[in-house]
Amino acid sequence: MSDKQNDQHKADSQTGASYQPNQSPQVNLEKRNFLIATSAVGAIGCAVVAVPFVKSMTPSERAKAAGAPIEVDISKLAPGAKLTAEWRGQPVWIIHRTEEMLAKLSVHDDQLSDPNLEVPQQPEYCKNKDRAIKAKYVVMLGTCTHLGCAPNESFVETADWDGGFICPCHGSKFDLSGRVYKGSPAPTNLVIPPHKYLTETTLLIGEDGEAA
Amino acid sequence: MNYFTKLIGWVDERFPLTSNVKAHLTEYYAPKNFNFWYFFGSLALLVLVLQIITGIFLTMHYKPEAGLAFASVEYIMRDVPWGWLIRYMHSTGASLFFVVIYLHMFRGLLYGSYRNPRELIWLFGVGIFLALMGEAFFGYLLPWGQMSYWGAQVITSLFGTVPFIGPDIAEWLRGDYLTSDATLNRFFAFHVIALPLVILGLVAAHILALHEVGSNNPDGVEIKKLKDKKTGIPLDGIPFHPYYSVKDLVGVVVFLIVFAAIIFFAPDMGGYFLEANNFVPADPLVTPAHIAPTWYFTPYYSILRAVPPIGISQFPGVAAMGLSVVVFALLPWLDRSPVKSIRYKGNLYKAWLAAFVVSFLILGYLGTIPANTYGQFGAWLGKADIATVVARIFSVVYFAFFFLMPWYSKKDKTKPVPERVTG
Repeated sequence: MSDKQNDQHKADSQTGASYQPNQSPQVNLEKRNFLIATSAVGAIGCAVVAVPFVKSMTPSERAKAAGAPIEVDISKLAPGAKLTAEWRGQPVWIIHRTEEMLAKLSVHDDQLSDPNLEVPQQPEYCKNKDRAIKAKYVVMLGTCTHLGCAPNESFVETADWDGGFICPCHGSKFDLSGRVYKGSPAPTNLVIPPHKYLTETTLLIGEDGEAA
Repeated sequence: MNYFTKLIGWVDERFPLTSNVKAHLTEYYAPKNFNFWYFFGSLALLVLVLQIITGIFLTMHYKPEAGLAFASVEYIMRDVPWGWLIRYMHSTGASLFFVVIYLHMFRGLLYGSYRNPRELIWLFGVGIFLALMGEAFFGYLLPWGQMSYWGAQVITSLFGTVPFIGPDIAEWLRGDYLTSDATLNRFFAFHVIALPLVILGLVAAHILALHEVGSNNPDGVEIKKLKDKKTGIPLDGIPFHPYYSVKDLVGVVVFLIVFAAIIFFAPDMGGYFLEANNFVPADPLVTPAHIAPTWYFTPYYSILRAVPPIGISQFPGVAAMGLSVVVFALLPWLDRSPVKSIRYKGNLYKAWLAAFVVSFLILGYLGTIPANTYGQFGAWLGKADIATVVARIFSVVYFAFFFLMPWYSKKDKTKPVPERVTG
């Protein structure tokens, strides 16, 4: 406040001509409650108006449609080979495992973080020793459970490697059922998406007829 | 009275022009002992202006659409007249922004610029730093190269690790089930308008708060305590303009020489400013062999990788990374030293600060390389990656610098602080 204003203020107080906030100790409760109530209603209004803006950032109808289930023909998938389909923009692997590959799956349980599939990374109908509806064909998302990179296939067996996947980003290792090895940065097994067989050789990925 | 004076008078009756020029420039008294470290505040402002101007011109040609984005950046580089220069100014400016900000923050650590009464200046500064990190992250997606894409995929996945609500947050951020056109479009909106507005607002608050309490200095003494009795001007203060405006101009010239040298001779800075993989268009089905953020994020990225998961949750690493950034905001309350400036602090504090700087640099380096670069320890250490173990050790030092500060800053043997600045 400048000196000029200050002087003016003093003068006013002496004459009692101006508005003096401390003159009346009585609080106008009716007015105060009204102001609080309207402010509260206004705040609620603002919060409600924020909803459409927040919701506008969720996946659009078009994105949802693009994320619909896909059909995959696996009749031409050779034993020992991998097929990559795209569902919701993510790679879905379908691997046709040979008898030898399946046999190798039971020998390294002690080196795995979760050999018995305790963490629900798969639908109930795939919680079995092969992590598959039909033992030969395993279906899983090709995205590392660490930070979403795409692990590389490394099917060639060596003395201390039973074949599987190695993530190029941070070195996580998975077996041919997508089960993660101990010591990997990835905390869990690879995800098995909901899927079902439409015919003997046609898979529907993204829907299994059960409550998703 | 000449016409110019009349014009100024006319304006002054309607807008506080002269009074503001006085308050913030010609009669803003800054300590007379500013040194090298005091260049970086004004340089940060310069880079901000450069980024805004080059950014505006880039948006005239860039297309924020997944099918067109990569090609539109190459179009700017090849076909738009001088487009390559504007784009390289913008990409180099981004990296130099962090160089300048890190040096500016280090100045704060050296001279205790965050201490009472400058806590709010520091908090606004941390806010600017956070917004700048967001700005850089969102901007990095726009060229829609492989590193853009997978960097965004990894970072949005970080939010997916938050317990319970994580996956929904990640989906909400991306606007799709994975990083896609929807993500690119919104990151463009954040990058070109939302965060620049936030940054400008915070910069204004940062400077207003600074000019309210006055600048700190390398001695950490308050120049406002000793004023000339007649004029009320601090004895150790000199007007910002012309003294520091001219000094800063020298800094600007040196900075622009470095800036130009990088733009013309090493715009990708050996893969640190522009990563090689980002010259490959984004492909959601192929992950690059090694994903690393740009250099200015690597210390925090190292901490993320160093923290082991608890059970199946990656959240501890993510939380540690978040903490490693926001912990700077706590500094005003962690430092209990009776003196502000490193000049009067003892060896204990100096040793901790040195350890912190070394940790920051080593973590920064480790964040740029794959975790298995240096091989593994033997079975006696569970065959852990050597680089990961080193990162763990320095992550501990990084946090110890902050969280042990209340203890060691009090215990430190300080020297007496002079009444006046020492030149």
